[in-house]
Amino acid sequence: MPARLRWFLRWEGLLLLILIVTTVANIALSPVFLRVDNLINLFQLSIEKIIVVLIMTFVIINGEIDLSVASIMGLAACVLAWCVERQIPAEVGIVLGLAVGLLAGAINGFFVAYVGLPSLAVTLAGLIMFRGVARILVEDRSINLPDWLDRLGQQALIGPFPLALLIFFGLFVIALIVLQYTAFGRYVYVIGSSKDVAAYSGVRVQWVKMRLYLASGLISALAGLLFAARLGAVRGNIAEGFELDIITMVLLGGVSIFGGTGTLTGVGLSVLIILSLRNGMGLANISGNTQTSVIGLLLILSVLVPNGLRALQTYRKRRQLRGA
Amino acid sequence: MNTLRRLIRPEQLRELGLLLIIALAVWLFGTQIDNYYTPRTFTRISTSVAIIAVVAIGQTLVVLTRNIDLSVGSIVGFTAYFVGTELARNNDMLPIVAVLLAVGFGALLGAVNGGLVAYGRVPAIIVTLGTLAIYRGLLIQYSDAKTVTTASLPEWIVTLPQVNAFSAGQVDVRLMVMVAVVLVLIFQMAITFLPFGRRLYAIGSNPDAARMAGLPSRRLVFMAFVLSGALSGVGGFMFLARFGTVTVVAAQGLELQVVAAVVVGGVNIFGGSGTMIGALLGAVLIGTLEQSLTRMRINEFWKDALLGVFILLAVAIDALVLNRLRKLWARSEMTVIAAPEASASAAALSAKGGSHAS
Repeated sequence: MPARLRWFLRWEGLLLLILIVTTVANIALSPVFLRVDNLINLFQLSIEKIIVVLIMTFVIINGEIDLSVASIMGLAACVLAWCVERQIPAEVGIVLGLAVGLLAGAINGFFVAYVGLPSLAVTLAGLIMFRGVARILVEDRSINLPDWLDRLGQQALIGPFPLALLIFFGLFVIALIVLQYTAFGRYVYVIGSSKDVAAYSGVRVQWVKMRLYLASGLISALAGLLFAARLGAVRGNIAEGFELDIITMVLLGGVSIFGGTGTLTGVGLSVLIILSLRNGMGLANISGNTQTSVIGLLLILSVLVPNGLRALQTYRKRRQLRGA
Repeated sequence: MNTLRRLIRPEQLRELGLLLIIALAVWLFGTQIDNYYTPRTFTRISTSVAIIAVVAIGQTLVVLTRNIDLSVGSIVGFTAYFVGTELARNNDMLPIVAVLLAVGFGALLGAVNGGLVAYGRVPAIIVTLGTLAIYRGLLIQYSDAKTVTTASLPEWIVTLPQVNAFSAGQVDVRLMVMVAVVLVLIFQMAITFLPFGRRLYAIGSNPDAARMAGLPSRRLVFMAFVLSGALSGVGGFMFLARFGTVTVVAAQGLELQVVAAVVVGGVNIFGGSGTMIGALLGAVLIGTLEQSLTRMRINEFWKDALLGVFILLAVAIDALVLNRLRKLWARSEMTVIAAPEASASAAALSAKGGSHAS
């Protein structure tokens, strides 16, 4: 097989192909698709999820999972709302929200890294628990945030870019550097491919995991606060169910659920695909729930297809060997 | 000491502890809620537990094999809506046909999960997280924004939740509760005594070893998912009977309660250990908390927070206390095996014991 063709069989190549197809379909559906303001708007509509995707990539490459991110987003937003309701300045509420996110991450991290419990069970408990605390704080009320915060969440800050988008690009660059060019980033991969080998090689496995969960809590809280600012009001169920979209974006980007492999380039491509898919489906008048279904289907296919390709490759190799 | 260890396993100590916690919770609620110790409270809690317990049976089968089924809430909701619509369209349908329809429909959805996990080799968490969204989305498409109402259903299913299996004094045990308990007992027997059940434990304790030992792992995992779907179908039927009115969001989030019940009940999330009785006790605790906290008006919102804490505690206790106990037990069994005349009885014991420490 020619080398050029083989590149397309790699996951990133496949993603690029899908991205081109969806983009062309979008342009056909709507001529304004490629305009800068439309693209910014497209990003802005799910910017909070994409911010969390960055840290989720680290967590999954590390061989763990964090199902509680959406609940931490909601919890941070509810802490902010709780402060606003009690006439406490919103600035204090923001700091408090971030601190609570860090604390939630510390709880997850403690039980996963130091007690050694399965992250699936711990963060499932976190998903229920943090959402529960958020509900205790705002019960069934809807709390409006101050105008300046709402404006900060919606309007452009520098040039055409709103605050959340700038934060995302900043974090993306940091994540790329940390994951590819620092010792910490390499540890994340090593632990993901084999925890025992990493431990015997002198990597402080527990501390790396703990830091990842702390970061996950903090960044999720930040994303939750940005989401609250964009909406301008907070309810108890804010950001509920976001974990599905977030995990889908990471896995579709070619990150293995078993850890050890995956790149931010792939994840970046999969984010673009899902954004343009949602945009296209929105233009074609497909309801939000059906869109979620399609995302669910993509999630399954993102593992099923590579599995099938690998099975095909082994089959071919075996036949070649038999032929020789 | 050794005979004591032979009679009591760590798992049983755990189940005893769970019983104590349930008793403590009931006593605590009794001091907080007026008229708590009434037959009505028992009926309300037991009916709610029945649905969670039936779905938890299937979840236990799946978790035993080191998998998880997060789509059960969507299967329960979809089955309830589907059977409700069919019954509304055809009021003369025989009750047995309606039940079979629910079981079959649930099994079909479970088979999709099982096929993808066992034969497509996609991790269960990914498959069922996906089908959780897909089944719900399909339900919304199928429903066309309509609602199944009590008025459109035949008489027998609306009155079904009030039918008693038997009454002990003032306390009524509903038929649906009885069905749940019988199902738990049947499946407890199945996983203890049937080869199918023992093989589920074997796959969960060590998937590679099970495959190398020649177990048809794929088929067994597939079957576990199909059974989980079928039991969720039964749960869906009970949901329809209990509430009568079914919307597209029916049973949304039920998977969290079910997984919580199973984990609190001592079924190891890494597979290979756990019992149906434990899962039932977990369901009783979750159901009691759920129903009782709802009655304490002020603290209604504490429900989820407490549920999360309970799951975390259950898993942590499992890892810290039980593993130590199991090691202690295993050590004593080894000394028994070392003595030649006792080796036969020790072998018989380890074959009978339900524990496969992972």
